[in-house]
Amino acid sequence: MISAYNRNQRLAPYVFLAPYFLLTSVFFLYPLAYATVLAFHQTNGPLSWKFVGTKNFSFVLSDPSFGKAVVNTVIYSLFSIFLQLPLSLGLAMMLNARSDKLKSFFRLAIFAPNLVGPVFVGILFGVLFAPNIGLFNQLMHLTFGWLTSTNLGGNGEGFLQYQWLTNPRLVMPALIIVSLWLYVGFNMIYFLAALQGVDQSLVEAAKIDGAGPFDIFRAVTVPAIMPVITFVVVTATIGSFNLFELPYTLLQGFGPENSGITIIGYLFNWVQTGDLGTAAAIGWILTLMILVISLIQIRLSGAARKD
Amino acid sequence: MNAIHFFFIALIAVFVTLYFVRRKFAWTYARLAMLSVVGAVMLLPFIWLVCAAFKHPNVLNDSMFLPPLSEWSKQYTLEVEGKTFTGSAVGFTNFQRLFENRKTVGGGTINFGRYILNSVFIATTGTFTSLFFCSLGGYALAKYKFPGKGYVMFFMLASLTIPGVALLAPSFKIIYSLGWMDTYLPLLVPGAASVFGMFLFRQAIAGVPDDIIEAGRIDGCGEFRIYMQLVMPLVRPMIGAFCLVTFLGSWNSFLGPNIFLQTQSKLTLPVILNQYIGEYSNQYGVFLAGTLLAIIPPAILFLALQREFIAGLTAGAVKQ
Repeated sequence: MISAYNRNQRLAPYVFLAPYFLLTSVFFLYPLAYATVLAFHQTNGPLSWKFVGTKNFSFVLSDPSFGKAVVNTVIYSLFSIFLQLPLSLGLAMMLNARSDKLKSFFRLAIFAPNLVGPVFVGILFGVLFAPNIGLFNQLMHLTFGWLTSTNLGGNGEGFLQYQWLTNPRLVMPALIIVSLWLYVGFNMIYFLAALQGVDQSLVEAAKIDGAGPFDIFRAVTVPAIMPVITFVVVTATIGSFNLFELPYTLLQGFGPENSGITIIGYLFNWVQTGDLGTAAAIGWILTLMILVISLIQIRLSGAARKD
Repeated sequence: MNAIHFFFIALIAVFVTLYFVRRKFAWTYARLAMLSVVGAVMLLPFIWLVCAAFKHPNVLNDSMFLPPLSEWSKQYTLEVEGKTFTGSAVGFTNFQRLFENRKTVGGGTINFGRYILNSVFIATTGTFTSLFFCSLGGYALAKYKFPGKGYVMFFMLASLTIPGVALLAPSFKIIYSLGWMDTYLPLLVPGAASVFGMFLFRQAIAGVPDDIIEAGRIDGCGEFRIYMQLVMPLVRPMIGAFCLVTFLGSWNSFLGPNIFLQTQSKLTLPVILNQYIGEYSNQYGVFLAGTLLAIIPPAILFLALQREFIAGLTAGAVKQ
């Protein structure tokens, strides 16, 4: 009786984890090994194979479309770290200062776009950005149209005609505007949770010592929420490198002259054409890029914390 | 000068007045005003989406949001491909067109309701299977000491550094070899026991007192029954959060369904609505009506589970 009970207790964790072991072997370990093999072969559809050495890697690295995809992805991630995250933090601080019913309303309103998901947001903004009829151009025109008046050196046509999604120079700005609308609330939730954990007695002590709001922010708030800042910066960067659905649905492809192509979009394209060898090589390059960038960020934030 | 300019000038004027009268009120007011403007910007696209979905195709571009109330019941007729659609200026014409039966390549007919059913089926099945496997794995990691546990945990964390999408090419080949192309299996099975989910549950279950589990054992409860009947009821908030995150992820997923599904009648909402953009390029009301329907289920779930969701989302990042 006792031994059977002990045996059950010993075996239980392995049984409970068995589905994970099985799934991770078939859908993670095996693909991982397979990707390594695949990356050195030329494939044409799932059936034909030829060993080509590092040709897939040299092809990808010298392909101008891949270069464009990397540049776009890097620009996008820089904007999400240096524009979107500070705005998220600012909104979180504004919300944190109030504790009433309005707070939960604003939090819900600002978070709402995240419920919709990038695909539906892409579909929606594809129409919002349309020249003349789109809401975005109409509101821009009503609010800032005077900036383009001939008196100020503009063409006097306002913003109604702006072709956000078909002018290669406006595609990335459009993408950044949409992602700002979509993700600013997501990171705000993290900052808000972190700010609520800041020790208020430290803030009070700093106030008594005559510190201004900026000093309190720099010397008390930032160090207290540093772990969350690191977490959010790393996940936002990884998220930027995984960008695909939003531009793909927004631009119905990769945009004019590949102006909205991303690394995953480029990878997706090769999977769809059946050239899995090249796609596997892209997967490896992407993994290495994310790994290196995350390590640098974690190291940097560690150094910042020691100061 | 227009209404928007007057609005902003008024906002600033009130601030300046307050600044000279009661300085403390002025900053509270400024914060509230800025939050209101941001909140309005966040909600405007949704409001516009609702308006566009209900406007008759003929009056779609005549007004920014809705036509004046007096014109709402004015009747319009639209003729497309031999069919006529009559409806009021603000009404259900777009939904009528969305839900009309259409022919598929195979010769059958298909209705938009089918895609809703597909999405509901995949998202709910996926949510419940991964709820089961992730919580079971999380329980094993939280409450058992077993040889090799350290290695297992290390392996799990290490596997998180490789983005799943990087393995798209070999996964595609494996799914093909398994004969799973054009089925729902590749959307449901590979993610059923995710490391992310198991760690969420590990953290929640770690807070369940060991005494309860021991008491269960002494009373002769089997290991699985302890998990099912003692532990799971105690982590209900995490179950809510997990279900919402998983449901949203599955409902909104696009890359997988786009690559693995081929037959028209098996497609999900994101894939079909993306296709409709090309099909209805000039009558965007139709696919916007579909988008509106597609975002309602997640919104309802979120409103029901908001508190748990935010707690679950930030659990990994904020608590140490």
